[in-house]
Amino acid sequence: MVSRIVVGAHYGFRDWLGQRVTAVFMALYTVIFGINALMLPEMSYEAWSGMFAGGFMRFMTFLFFLALFYHAWVGVRDIYMDYIKPVGIRLALHVITLFLLIGYAGWAARILWRL
Amino acid sequence: MTKRTVQFKIYRYDPDKDDKPYMQDISVELEASDKKLLDAITRLKVKDDTLSFRRSCREGVCGSDAMNINGKNGLACLTDVDSLQQPITLRPLPGLPVIRDLVVDMTQFFKQYHSITPYLINNEPAPERERLQTPEEREELNGLYECILCACCSTSCPSFWWNPDKFVGPAGLLAAYRFIADTRDQATSERLDNLEDPYRLFRCHTIMNCVDVCPKSLNPTRAIGKIKDMMLRRAI
Repeated sequence: MVSRIVVGAHYGFRDWLGQRVTAVFMALYTVIFGINALMLPEMSYEAWSGMFAGGFMRFMTFLFFLALFYHAWVGVRDIYMDYIKPVGIRLALHVITLFLLIGYAGWAARILWRL
Repeated sequence: MTKRTVQFKIYRYDPDKDDKPYMQDISVELEASDKKLLDAITRLKVKDDTLSFRRSCREGVCGSDAMNINGKNGLACLTDVDSLQQPITLRPLPGLPVIRDLVVDMTQFFKQYHSITPYLINNEPAPERERLQTPEEREELNGLYECILCACCSTSCPSFWWNPDKFVGPAGLLAAYRFIADTRDQATSERLDNLEDPYRLFRCHTIMNCVDVCPKSLNPTRAIGKIKDMMLRRAI
């Protein structure tokens, strides 16, 4: 088969926008996290885990992780697109990265809701 | 300015004779009237007539003499020779196949340019006189139509180096926005569809090398941002 160059997948805008929205959310979360951490009465395990035990902070932290993983997915996929030319290897890396990020999201939820 | 001698380090490659490219050290004596880099390399050509480069209008309009000058893309005819640190290192535009010396094969660059249908699409019968625009609508085209297609921007863009066959590149995207922004054009949606692709448009990571090197002081990054802005307005 002649390997012709094909473009026109008609996606990309949503990911581009998503990467920016998640970046803004992560920046806001960093401020909220910083304020909460500074307001801790003492730097102990109990105080630290107590910070994440509240519904708001737990929810925001989980959203932060989701935003981070989506942001990372778009960024890592961009790197693969630029540097990994063989389609088979790129697809394999896409699948591995997706599974890893989904796994990390589950792991983050498990940690947060165990506190 | 009096007569002076200028040192050069020039990329040389003749595929018929050379196994691989090499850098040639050469100097040339300039006359008082020689102001621009193009004047200097034209004198070099007299000294060594095997040196190949493109040139035509010698006043920054045709875009033929684009090359990599001391590591930065630019037009030889617009660059003051006395402003350059010596030895002046000249290389062909990066990322494109070299035909000979400073002459590159621009086929890929023009393929990308042609892929954005760089002409007005309007299916209505032509009016008796011209298709009118308001001054504000015409103002939007400033900074877009002036591109001379010298390829300085696209060949300084790492995204274009990695994917010259798939990424339209800053010059092509600037031209694309020139027609998207034109109120007389009726193919806006098709043009946006054509660009909504992870490679064609979204390889731009706002590195802004294009803005840094444009000899006409244009801003392809801003145009690319405006294309994304139009996609956002279309989608939301």
